[in-house]
Amino acid sequence: MNIETLVTLGVFAPLLGAAIAGLTGRRIGDLASQTITTGLLFASCAVAWIVFYQHTWGHMASFTVELLPFINVGDFQSNWSIRIDALSATMLVVVTTVSSLVHLYSWGYMAEDPDRPRFFAYLSLFTFAMLALVTAADFMQLFFGWEGVGLASYLLIGFWYKKPSANAAAIKAFVVNRVGDFGFALGIMTVFWMFGTVQFAELFPMIESKAGTGWMFAGHVWSALDLAAFLLFIGAMGKSAQFFLHTWLPDAMEGPTPVSALIHAATMVTAGVYMVCLLSPLFEYAPIAADFVALIGAVTAMFAATVGLAQNDIKRVIAYSTCSQLGYMFFAAGVGAYEAAMFHLFTHAFFKALLFLGAGSVIHGMHHEQDMRKMGGLWKYLPITYGVMTIGTIAITGLGIPGIGGFSGFYSKDSIIESAFASAASGHSPMGLFAFFVGIIAAGLTAYYSWRLIFMTFLDKPVWKDAHGDDHAHGDDHHHGPLHPHESPWVMLVPLLILSVGAIAAGFVFAPYFIGHHEAAFWGAAIFTAPDNHVLHESHEVPTWVKWSPLILTLIGTFVAYWVYVVKEGMARRMAERGGVIYAFLYNKWYFDELYNATFVRGSKALGDLFWKVGDVKIIDGCGPNGMAFLSRVLASRLSRLQSGYVYHYAFVMLLGVAGFLAFALYAWGA
Amino acid sequence: MDITLQHYLAVGAMLFTIGVFGIFVNRKNVIIILMSVELILLAVNINFVAFSTYLNDVAGQVMAMFILTVAAAEAAVGLAVLVTFFRNRGDIAVDDASVMKG
Repeated sequence: MNIETLVTLGVFAPLLGAAIAGLTGRRIGDLASQTITTGLLFASCAVAWIVFYQHTWGHMASFTVELLPFINVGDFQSNWSIRIDALSATMLVVVTTVSSLVHLYSWGYMAEDPDRPRFFAYLSLFTFAMLALVTAADFMQLFFGWEGVGLASYLLIGFWYKKPSANAAAIKAFVVNRVGDFGFALGIMTVFWMFGTVQFAELFPMIESKAGTGWMFAGHVWSALDLAAFLLFIGAMGKSAQFFLHTWLPDAMEGPTPVSALIHAATMVTAGVYMVCLLSPLFEYAPIAADFVALIGAVTAMFAATVGLAQNDIKRVIAYSTCSQLGYMFFAAGVGAYEAAMFHLFTHAFFKALLFLGAGSVIHGMHHEQDMRKMGGLWKYLPITYGVMTIGTIAITGLGIPGIGGFSGFYSKDSIIESAFASAASGHSPMGLFAFFVGIIAAGLTAYYSWRLIFMTFLDKPVWKDAHGDDHAHGDDHHHGPLHPHESPWVMLVPLLILSVGAIAAGFVFAPYFIGHHEAAFWGAAIFTAPDNHVLHESHEVPTWVKWSPLILTLIGTFVAYWVYVVKEGMARRMAERGGVIYAFLYNKWYFDELYNATFVRGSKALGDLFWKVGDVKIIDGCGPNGMAFLSRVLASRLSRLQSGYVYHYAFVMLLGVAGFLAFALYAWGA
Repeated sequence: MDITLQHYLAVGAMLFTIGVFGIFVNRKNVIIILMSVELILLAVNINFVAFSTYLNDVAGQVMAMFILTVAAAEAAVGLAVLVTFFRNRGDIAVDDASVMKG
């Protein structure tokens, strides 16, 4: 079997699984649905690793498999195809690995759910849409995958559809993503309008020729490429939960935890980063848009990290952490280090999926308790979870010694921070310095909130022992009474262990290929860097203090968390109880939800009310059906007064009529 | 003084007018309406007979016989309706007969 067929099978295997489990799940049963979807996903994962292996070590050239025409109207050509290059090979590996492990994990986590075939069908459907997204060779298929993952995300957030909060979160995610997708669609139209094609292969070589063109408006030349890149980035902001469009991501934690790990941490939310890297030829010639990317990325990294400091829901902490790490990826792409952004995407997928699945294991063990204030002391009861979560935390904080090595996050995050500094030092990006300082400060905050999660969950006083046993125990072990935390079954622990290997080793194994010596050979033509962009190269030669500063900030953050939560046990609790303006500000997520409620939600409700109560009810109904009905009723009631019911009235009218007609006849015909 | 055609026509017109006014000035009794209708028909009959004699044409008198027959039938049907009406409502006052009021 040649590689093209293999790749095609790999991409469509999840769709097959989704179709089988989704359409015939009730007939073939839970176990069969789970086995089929998970088995097909592991097959897909094997294909992805073969492709990735062949690409990285087997000198396999990039290629595109054209499957079918999609839209073929006039000059507009779009095909279903599978594009394999460094970027898509990387994403294939990330998506299928995390997805297959999440499928396996869900065997345990969802064991008591009555709707398992539906769940597994959605998961597989999501995976297919994501694979279609990453292997797209033109904008239309990219958009198809983009909307497909959005749909799957909506379905999975609202999986427990009987929970009103889950439904609300699903709708919120969908609506906020529509805002981004609007920009994305406009961006695609702009590209087609400028270049007459949406095929990446035809588009990218043409971009340079259009650099600098634009139009005059308000006394300033607006670059058309900047506009296209900016609009496309709006789409990325929505999908990747960047500042202003981030509000849906924390709420999306209403979905089952495996979903959060797969969609809202490792894969879908990184689609925006992937798109910016894929469109590197465009962003390289759109400096203003690239600066905007860097600015938004840096602000998000900072914002989400500060909010993460004060959250108490274990999943929300990790959600804000995801948001913050996505910010890192974006500002790396914005300053021109696309390779570092992709590398962080790659490593982040492992340790963030690990943290989420670990949190899921804790939630499972605590019988669906998510509030960290009600946990504590769990290391004794969930030792393996404790171990892997610690590994994930070390990886995300980027602990490692410059020049020697460390966990996976160390390589990617330090590379991003150094790239930001290098871009500032060489003057490549005006946002570089800002991004650099945000990067190191956010690194400290990351360390604080990540370790805070570990300390509150696993080390603190076991608060749950004092609490009443009013928990709604899950499933068959219906024990009311005191809580008995328990370690998760092996089917959940194995994915955790595999991911923790990735969290430890993905950094030093792949750093040479993604950002190191073999970088140019690895990426090939997949990532384009302009001739004057040496950011990644220069990032290896930054001053020593730059290399050490993230580590120092990380250690400070770790130490503060240790001091507040372990040494001075209970101090954090007292601090939270005392409140304060800053705490309230962070706890309420910078009041973004309130702000949006007051402006956009209230505003659109008022607009809707206007159209409904004035436009529809008053004008359309008033002049249309209701008005006509009212008018005929009034006229009828007036006319009905003539119908007195007295025979002599009718007779009188008849007589008048006859007399009238007779008079007319005599007058007219002279008879 | 000869009694000419005009006298007959004048009597017919008077009877006709009395009949018409009997229908819609009367507000009390349905029987009076029937009688008024009868008066109108008789007024017409007088006209027919008067013209028949005046023109020496028997067709007018034949028509008058027809009208008498029809009037008899009409009176029979009208009284039958009246009886049923009285049985249903216990009253034959015209002012109460306003079921058709809109």
